[in-house]
Amino acid sequence: MSQSNVRKTRSWLLFWRGSDKGLAKCKTVTFGDPAAVEGGAIYGVLSVLTVGIVWQLVAMAQIVPPLFWPSPGAVFDKFIQIATEGYKGFNLFEHLGISLYRVMAGFGLGCLFGIPVGLGMGLNRFIKGWMDPLIEFYRPVPPLAYVPLVIIWMGIGDGGKVLLLFLATFSIIVISARAGVASVAIQKIHAAYSLGASRWQVLRHVILVNALPEIFTGMRVAMGVCWGTLVAAEMVAATSGVGWMVLNASRYLNTDIVLMGVILMGVVGFLIDMCMRKLEQKLIPWKGKGRG
Amino acid sequence: MSELRVQGVTMTYEGADGQPVRALENINFSMNQDDIVTVLGPSGCGKSTLLNIIAGFLNPTSGRVFIDDREIAGPGPDRGMVFQHGALFEWLTVGENVSFGPRMAGIDATSRLASVDELLQLVGLAGFRDTPIYNLSGGMQQRVALARCLANNPDVILMDEPLGALDALTREKMQTLVLKLWQETQKMVFLITHSVEEAIFLGSRLLVMAPRPGHVVKEFRLPFAAAGLSADPREIKSSREFIAVREEILEMIWSMEEQH
Repeated sequence: MSQSNVRKTRSWLLFWRGSDKGLAKCKTVTFGDPAAVEGGAIYGVLSVLTVGIVWQLVAMAQIVPPLFWPSPGAVFDKFIQIATEGYKGFNLFEHLGISLYRVMAGFGLGCLFGIPVGLGMGLNRFIKGWMDPLIEFYRPVPPLAYVPLVIIWMGIGDGGKVLLLFLATFSIIVISARAGVASVAIQKIHAAYSLGASRWQVLRHVILVNALPEIFTGMRVAMGVCWGTLVAAEMVAATSGVGWMVLNASRYLNTDIVLMGVILMGVVGFLIDMCMRKLEQKLIPWKGKGRG
Repeated sequence: MSELRVQGVTMTYEGADGQPVRALENINFSMNQDDIVTVLGPSGCGKSTLLNIIAGFLNPTSGRVFIDDREIAGPGPDRGMVFQHGALFEWLTVGENVSFGPRMAGIDATSRLASVDELLQLVGLAGFRDTPIYNLSGGMQQRVALARCLANNPDVILMDEPLGALDALTREKMQTLVLKLWQETQKMVFLITHSVEEAIFLGSRLLVMAPRPGHVVKEFRLPFAAAGLSADPREIKSSREFIAVREEILEMIWSMEEQH
């Protein structure tokens, strides 16, 4: 085996099992050392497999009637069926698409308004003074708590959902953008002015860029909150979307559709977060390395 | 010939306990092209306040600062700043940091590139143009900081403890670099330090300051900076003249401490 193959195999092993090689082998204290819990992806695979097998075994033993405990196979069949034939007028991807559209619209608007307001609050006493009590007041209210109000004002259409997600995103982004401004080292601002930058250039090339890691962290959190809030909001009042599909199916005791929907929401939420993380690595490679 | 003049600068402000803090009292000095001025003093002697006033980050209570005939009224590219750490832009590469000043001034990219390469050569970072800042050691980061402020061709370079965060060996190498830049670029250098040895070695003139209120106690004119590049720095630092100055200054600083 060539040298590079050995190295590849080693890093593969490290990822899947976690391995004691190099300096790690010589350490006497492993309890509490973060390096000691690196790797171990194999256990994750085993854990998922175990859950699947237990699910299947319970279904096969018919301990619980299939009406309440459909087998993994039955859930998968439902997935294929709804993906091809649809559920109540829309196929699965249309339901998903509607949900994603609502999330993206609310989230996008929240960022569009939240970033400038947050930056303004971090930079200007007047803006901070005006906005602070309003945001501090509505921020702790769980977004679902104003669903009834949103329904009264906007009805059960897309507008209400978008408004709800906008509100959820807005406060999170405002706070992260404001914290991002506060995190800038004053030497960086001084250095920029001494290099001849104007106020506007300092804002654009130092303050805003410096705040990006914090803003992006806020966006990831907001995205998670949005997805959770939307699904719940669709369960309260909607005529389409993944959340609505699940709630509607539960009324007819279609447990297989409910389970399929829940798994789908989890998978989509996970994929969204993964995309955000990849995007973060690509856009903000300096994150967490600021000591320049 | 450019010249920096500090005329009767006094700085008083209200402290946290409501009592007035007399950070600086009637500071007067001037420096010109041949000078590298180092400032030494215990903490609280107002040396950073003085530097911030010259840089234009603080307005003095009274007194004025001039570069040639221009009165200073804020920060500007005629005064380059080098900080102890944390002032580089970690989202930019080495080259982008160095060309930051010209880019803000709207100077076109091709002439920028040429001067960036020259400056990196000058500070000993040739070949690092596209390296991210966060991959550099502390000493190399300070080299970038020096190149970055030189890119604007300033009249004076203001340094606030520029080598204070470096390890002892890197620090000695960087002292030589500071002298080299001073001699090759013919710019005024104003440098604050906590290290007595560094202040003596780098300063063609050395100001010793004392606190409450901050004022200049004594000025030295020293030969070591001019000789620093041609002779072995370690020999200079162990020469009898060098040690005599060092003992005199240490004596002064110790007596300041004892008064409080």
